[in-house]
Amino acid sequence: MKTSAFMDFVRKFYVYIVLFIMYAPILLLIVFSFTDTKLVGSWNGFSLRLYLSLARNREIVTAAINTFVVAFSSAAVSTVLGTLGAIGIFYSGRRSKAVMEGIGQIPIMNAEIVTALSLTILFVFFGIRFNFLTLLVGHVVLTIPFVVLSVRPKLVQMDPNIYEAALDLGATPNKALMRVIMPEVLPGVFSGFILSVTLSLDDYIITAFTRDTAYQTLSTYVYGVTSKKGALPPSLRALTTVITLLALVVLLIANRRGKSAAKKPRHK
Amino acid sequence: MKDNKNIIIELKNVSKHYDQTYAVENFDLYVKKGEFITFLGPSGCGKTTTLRMIAGFEMPTSGEILLNGEDITGLPPYQRPVNTVFQRYALFPHLDVYDNIAFGLKLKRINDGGKMRKLTTKEISEKVRSALKIVDLEEYEDRDIATLSGGQQQRIAIARAIVNEPEILLLDEPLGALDLKMRKEMQLELKEMHKKLGITFIYVTHDQEEALTLSDTIVVMKDGMIQQIGSPEGIYNEPANAFVADFIGKSNIYSGTVIDRLKVRFLGHVFDALDDFEINEKVDVVVRPEDVKLVPPGEGMLDGRLIDKIFKGIHYEYTLMVGRSEVIIQDTRNLDVNCEAGIIIEPDGIHIMKKELTANIYDDAYIDKNNNVVISDFAFPCDVTKLVPGSALDGEGYVIGPDGTVYDFTDADVKATVGLTDIEIMDNIDEGGAWGNVVGIIYKGDHYMLTVRTPQDEDFTLDTEYTYDAGDRVGLKIAPESIGLALKGEAKKYAKK
Repeated sequence: MKTSAFMDFVRKFYVYIVLFIMYAPILLLIVFSFTDTKLVGSWNGFSLRLYLSLARNREIVTAAINTFVVAFSSAAVSTVLGTLGAIGIFYSGRRSKAVMEGIGQIPIMNAEIVTALSLTILFVFFGIRFNFLTLLVGHVVLTIPFVVLSVRPKLVQMDPNIYEAALDLGATPNKALMRVIMPEVLPGVFSGFILSVTLSLDDYIITAFTRDTAYQTLSTYVYGVTSKKGALPPSLRALTTVITLLALVVLLIANRRGKSAAKKPRHK
Repeated sequence: MKDNKNIIIELKNVSKHYDQTYAVENFDLYVKKGEFITFLGPSGCGKTTTLRMIAGFEMPTSGEILLNGEDITGLPPYQRPVNTVFQRYALFPHLDVYDNIAFGLKLKRINDGGKMRKLTTKEISEKVRSALKIVDLEEYEDRDIATLSGGQQQRIAIARAIVNEPEILLLDEPLGALDLKMRKEMQLELKEMHKKLGITFIYVTHDQEEALTLSDTIVVMKDGMIQQIGSPEGIYNEPANAFVADFIGKSNIYSGTVIDRLKVRFLGHVFDALDDFEINEKVDVVVRPEDVKLVPPGEGMLDGRLIDKIFKGIHYEYTLMVGRSEVIIQDTRNLDVNCEAGIIIEPDGIHIMKKELTANIYDDAYIDKNNNVVISDFAFPCDVTKLVPGSALDGEGYVIGPDGTVYDFTDADVKATVGLTDIEIMDNIDEGGAWGNVVGIIYKGDHYMLTVRTPQDEDFTLDTEYTYDAGDRVGLKIAPESIGLALKGEAKKYAKK
């Protein structure tokens, strides 16, 4: 049977075609962020004017700072709690372990809107006013299961006896945890942290429900602007580009970190 | 025998259960300073659990553990002057060889003229070096754990434990992951190390040869209970029961009868023996294969037919059929098989043991409303008229006594007795009244003594000619008339008014 030239092409470049389809919209935005026309599609020469207006836009800068504050603080809290939780689950009895692992994954499967709504109801029920803390709690709830999930494989790979070996050699449970378990799970802790940051950065639903309405993050700002009637503000194209580049940088750091951590035991 | 000053650790009536099952039951043991003691038994016998209780990883459910006369039962592992060598080494992969060995030293505080202080870097490095020297890995300080072979990792694990100068070194099947040749080498080195260090070693293994090679004292365990404590020679030559005889070394085990003072009958022949038992007592007899002498037919105590020969390196292993019983014999000569031969067994080659079990006795059986006896949740048809002498059953299933009293034995607590030969074993588990898994097999020349454990953890011990493997699931059938019944309490209680 003869294969057509078209099928040959598809076979050879299949992955690239998929990648192109995935990235085409973002690429389009990035390209048109370097021109200052009102509408995407027309090009009136290279310009950095959109980036300048982005930097001058107080609202956007504040929203960006807010976003990073929430992302890093919630990721820090989630990483500590999630790591300890994962270790606790790992060393608990067979039956309770299965139950906790199951329960721990429900938030991941569950629709975010359900989590957001239930948090809102909880805060209202206890008469708590929405402020930065409620937002922080919302993001911690969102990201903790992912920290647990990224630490768990490291625990499974680890020889479970090393904790007892540390106790046997005179370490108190705390010291055994810090000196023996932590170094083993650190790569998982780190990727859990990065994952939490990225999840928190682009979260809209939980943010919208648990924030103080005066507190804008990038996602709520963008949503607010786009939901108004009229054309997309051109500066958003620049903002999208910046966020995409940031995500790329984070990804590269995480990958390099992961590789060096994996190599460490062999070359020292 | 027991000199308190010399005892380093003592376990007093220690038991450990998980939920309903006993891992260790009424464990009583004392260990002398500097002794090399081994817990030996099949997997699941409780030997590792006992070791973990000494290390402090498990708390006994009851009983106490004394170290140098002091109660340490509740002490956490990091406060006990004992160190453990784990089965799979449990080295810290993120640390190199030096830091692994120094781990315990860095945490240690010593008494220096009344003041507690940490060890200096120099002191630590000296100790680490000398520990590495003991395990013959002097040049390995800076190596990463992942670059070491299994044998080297095991040596580092040993160095990491002994560098802390523990009073007792616990070793949990430390050679289990090594290949045979390496294991043999390490056995000799461990023995050497024990001599040099002079500290107490408590060793856990399921390998009887390893236990015999290494130990001063062996503790043979089965089902959480100590079967025998003794020197390797004592345990080999004078096993306490058929289980120990079967577990340690090769042996011929027969059921015998003591027919006169120092005379025992088995294999259809009366032998002179050295062990004094009561006349007419049923006993188990052990004869080691090396204690049976092969002679030309007619010249020995009894004759049989040589049916099999296996070359074992330093000797041949022959199988002789005497009637329906097999006798395993070791002999260095290369003889023809499939011919008649005689054997001689000298009195010192015959070891007589008390029969552990002459019948299965179930103390918490009861009668259900259908006149079945319930043992371990299984109902067996039985003859309830045995509960009242001279009674008979009426049409409705009530027992009518000789004086006309009507008894209703529903829910009556009874003691049921079943002989070893009265239980029939079958491959189909639905066929019998009960089922379980084969957990113990002892070959007795012409039959096997099997132990079948039900899901409720009740054991049925039985004699059978058929071959089964450990773990086989089998059905059990008992003829109603061969179940012995004895009522607990008075029959009056069950009389109908």
